[in-house]
Amino acid sequence: MRTEFIEELTRLAERDDRICLVVGDLGFGVVVDFAKRFPDRFLNVGIAEQAMTGLAAGWALSGKVVFTYSIANFPTLRCLEQIRNDACYHGANVKIVAVGGGFAYGALGATHHATEDLAVLRAMPGMRVVAPGDTVEARLATRAVADLPGPCYLRIGRAGEPTVHDAEPEFRIGRAITVREGTDVAILSTGGMLKTAVDAAELLGADGISARVVSMHTLHPIDEGAILRASAETGAVLTLEEHSIVGGLGGAVAEVLAESASGVPFRRLGTPPRFAPRVGSQEFMLRQSGLTPPAVAEAARGLLLRHAALGPLMTVPEG
Amino acid sequence: MPPTEEELAQLAELARRLRLRTMEMIRRARSSHVGSCFSMAELMAALYGGGILRIDPEDPGNPGRDRFILSKGHACAIYYAMLAERGFFPEDWLERFYSDGGELAGHATHKGVPGVEVSTGSLGHGLPIGCGMALAAKRSGMPYRTIVLLGDGECDEGTIWESALIAAQHRLDNLTVIVDFNKIQSLGHVREVLDLGDLAGKWQRFGWETREVDGHDLGQILDAMRSLPFEPGKPSCLVAHTVKGKGVSFMEDRLLWHYRTPAGEEYEAARIELEASA
Repeated sequence: MRTEFIEELTRLAERDDRICLVVGDLGFGVVVDFAKRFPDRFLNVGIAEQAMTGLAAGWALSGKVVFTYSIANFPTLRCLEQIRNDACYHGANVKIVAVGGGFAYGALGATHHATEDLAVLRAMPGMRVVAPGDTVEARLATRAVADLPGPCYLRIGRAGEPTVHDAEPEFRIGRAITVREGTDVAILSTGGMLKTAVDAAELLGADGISARVVSMHTLHPIDEGAILRASAETGAVLTLEEHSIVGGLGGAVAEVLAESASGVPFRRLGTPPRFAPRVGSQEFMLRQSGLTPPAVAEAARGLLLRHAALGPLMTVPEG
Repeated sequence: MPPTEEELAQLAELARRLRLRTMEMIRRARSSHVGSCFSMAELMAALYGGGILRIDPEDPGNPGRDRFILSKGHACAIYYAMLAERGFFPEDWLERFYSDGGELAGHATHKGVPGVEVSTGSLGHGLPIGCGMALAAKRSGMPYRTIVLLGDGECDEGTIWESALIAAQHRLDNLTVIVDFNKIQSLGHVREVLDLGDLAGKWQRFGWETREVDGHDLGQILDAMRSLPFEPGKPSCLVAHTVKGKGVSFMEDRLLWHYRTPAGEEYEAARIELEASA
């Protein structure tokens, strides 16, 4: 996704001289071309994410669209108050880009696990939180956040993510994309878990279970309509994210479902809200967290069993 | 051209008026930070009354305007008083300062307040934003200047020194920091809480061309501000040695007046003292 992001940003910058890029001394091999082509619109501030974000707000308030770029938690949690006060409160055109959301830097240790960012950023007033589901969505999301006035958070993977979409879907911030229709259970996925969701749906299909897959690429504003349709039309909802089960997609969907009083069986799949006891590659970390196609399919089956069990209880006894 | 006696007298009178108005606002609001406001009265008078800031109250969003950021946002009362004096908004807004539903919040707030460039209050935010504004001017060839007023306690924040490095690295000579060095911070004297030592020397060694002035001597202040940038190719820093609570004898250099609201006999005594200083 990193490649799609920088390619798209470079393309946008050719057409729109408001596009600027500020980095916190990261992006080796990624940002060099942009820096060479647009030296007046590039700045490496050094290892200073708080100043990076404040500076981006100041630059943006002078009429620019300023992207900040770093990895994992550095452009978000490290400078959260600058995001809140300087970017959000001023409605500044700052686009925060974090590469390696989730466990992309799994083996580097817990300091590099970005597993609370969606929850935290989603709570910032005025912030739009976007986590594209594959390489195609990453490109479209880059374009969409550049076009949308005001602060945005773009959480992307690192490299080597699979491509899910065969063609460019219609991409609008705040509007989920149904990747696969289904009637028995809905898997709502955000970020790079989309391929896992699709593969889990394939496994379920082999068992005769029809699973819908929805790419919830925007966490805030959340697409309430897509969630309520999924819940009404399938009767069971599973959320899937490379993020803590606290406050991210699972939290956002739970809020919508609870207030709708739909009462459908619902389960959040993600990482438990604790530091991982053992670290390793992204694949290892996802396996440890039960975020693999077989584990997701198993969770869906469990949800449907609950659905079946709950069924009779929910009918009013006669007499 | 050195300032004339008449100009200095006018600005001294402006500073005195600002102190009186600020104290009245704080008394009515039962708010605090009167000492933090009084230490910067002459700095505000020089910036806004001495022709340093190129701004137009009729056109506060003009892209070519100079940018002023009050990074020590808690001292907003005197800032608001100055902006009202210059006609950015009606004087009666000051009467509702810090009150329920009033236009003017207890820390510098840009929302709906003409003339306030950015909202501050959490310390250490103004200078990074100022760096961005100065960089924007450099990169787009705009001639405006950016001036950021810092508190001394605020210099404890790491973002100040991140920004100090960045501004020097990128030769932002259109950026000026003024430090209101009143020697008292939230829980005590600066030298006891977190000693800044040779503050001017620190800025100088961070690559800023730095000057020190008596922050209550309008002649020195104007002379320094009128020679900005102090050196082409370097950001400028003006360390203003000031006295917290300056202007009222029993408030001067007293930590208490970081917090205390002047009221009753104390208010009257302070008012009489300020009025007598004309």
